Amino acid sequence: MKILNCPLNGPRNISEFTYGGELHEMPDPDSSGAREWAEYVFFDENKAGVVTEWWCHTATSFWFLAERNTVTDEVMRTFLASERFSEANRIEPSA
Amino acid sequence: MTLPTLLAKFLELIFGVTLMPLALLKYAFSNRYPGQPAFGKPKALKSRYDVIIIGGGGHGAAIAWYLAKHHGIRDVAILEKGYLGGGNTARNTAVIRSNYLTEEGVNFYRESVDLFGNLSNELSYNIMLENRGQLTLAHSDAAMRSLRWRAEVNQHLNVRSEMLDRQAIRELVPNLAMSEDARFPILGGLWHADGATGRHDAVAWGYARGACEQGVELHQLTEVVGLKVKNGRIAAVETNRGTIECGVAVQAVAGTCSVVADMAGIKLPIHSYPLQAMVTQPYKPLLNPMVSSPHVHVYIQQTSRGEFVIGGGSDPYALYNTRSTLEMKESLSAAILELFPFLGQARLLRQWAGVTDMTPDYSPIMGLSPVENYYLDAGWGTWGFKATPICGKTMAELIATGKTPPLIKPFELERFYRFEQVNEAGATAASH
Repeated sequence: MKILNCPLNGPRNISEFTYGGELHEMPDPDSSGAREWAEYVFFDENKAGVVTEWWCHTATSFWFLAERNTVTDEVMRTFLASERFSEANRIEPSA
Repeated sequence: MTLPTLLAKFLELIFGVTLMPLALLKYAFSNRYPGQPAFGKPKALKSRYDVIIIGGGGHGAAIAWYLAKHHGIRDVAILEKGYLGGGNTARNTAVIRSNYLTEEGVNFYRESVDLFGNLSNELSYNIMLENRGQLTLAHSDAAMRSLRWRAEVNQHLNVRSEMLDRQAIRELVPNLAMSEDARFPILGGLWHADGATGRHDAVAWGYARGACEQGVELHQLTEVVGLKVKNGRIAAVETNRGTIECGVAVQAVAGTCSVVADMAGIKLPIHSYPLQAMVTQPYKPLLNPMVSSPHVHVYIQQTSRGEFVIGGGSDPYALYNTRSTLEMKESLSAAILELFPFLGQARLLRQWAGVTDMTPDYSPIMGLSPVENYYLDAGWGTWGFKATPICGKTMAELIATGKTPPLIKPFELERFYRFEQVNEAGATAASH
């Protein structure tokens, strides 16, 4: 049984979590074209090595980030999304 | 004449029968074996080839064979990091079928099933093809609707595919648990008479032998470690045995599509997940068709050796590792017992995993790449083995003519930039 350490709920069985895929840097919606959006939505680094990715604790719908080695399946650390997303990154809804 | 041969002759004279074990035994005492090695001794790598194929699995070998056979292109090297057919060619569960859901998918796989039908003759190599048919089960009204949809699409495109009711299923697969009290009662099924299985290794061996007879070089234990790109073209391929120049390079790997493409600076819409499968001890023949249940996430077939091959969906998260997990063994076992309770007595003989390159639309990525003379044969997720012949044929045509054949045009990488995905909901991974 593999244990994942949820930043909200502590260590839980990995079967309680949903994998959310790689963390992608969002292109600037105002200046990027269709090609950049296609890459953002569909394409992946799919790196063999340490990656940063989204996970969700399904029972509590809590999304967070993890650093995991995709070759050895070792989880380096799990952390709050706020570490990477500050208020400054938030997109303001258009008036 | 050797002593065992004399002995065999002597016994034959006295008893008037040929004693098979003795006839075989004579080879144990002889240096001469009747079998001919299919491949010569490994050659030194040349400094340049017209075509370099990265990956010596079924696909790579098939591309080489059609290049040599149909297009007379024989200055070809297949570079394989391990041994011939030792990657996902050996790890798939050898299902051949064409009952997909999109027009593009059905047309493509139908041609592949047709090519498989005559492959043993064409290669003069027995791929042990068995046309046993495939049954997909529905356990809900929604699944019945989706199977009817598939039957209609398939029939429209000349693929044998029809709906079966409970009685017909009972007659076709007498051992299937058909109780209405089951957790997920079987409501009906999709019968695909064209479904088949074969020996996956033999497909790679047959194609590679045929290709090598025509001058193609197979280099095993030759790993590609880098790709030199100059002015948007592949100039050379770097391997653990030295650097080779090439006219054209094709990527025909599985499990490491993104890693190899990255060497050419190409990013792909692929995520790699392990898929785990397992095999029971052998039984007498008692299950003829292949049976698949998208609802309980499992598919099964009995091999000609009598073992039951059991597979299901991919792992829940991405990984470049073929480790096995108890969770997947438990869920596969639980699922198969829903369908075939007698397997509760069976012991597992082997279990393994293969890394599947999953695309967002469950269709492959074939054809041109952003690098001019570099071709992609990638993203084969859980649908690669069944496409081996048609993939080899169409990729060879593309390499020889420089023009993408209409059959694989919908699968090019550019489709993602045009938002024209081929949503293949008939793929095993999509439905499991």
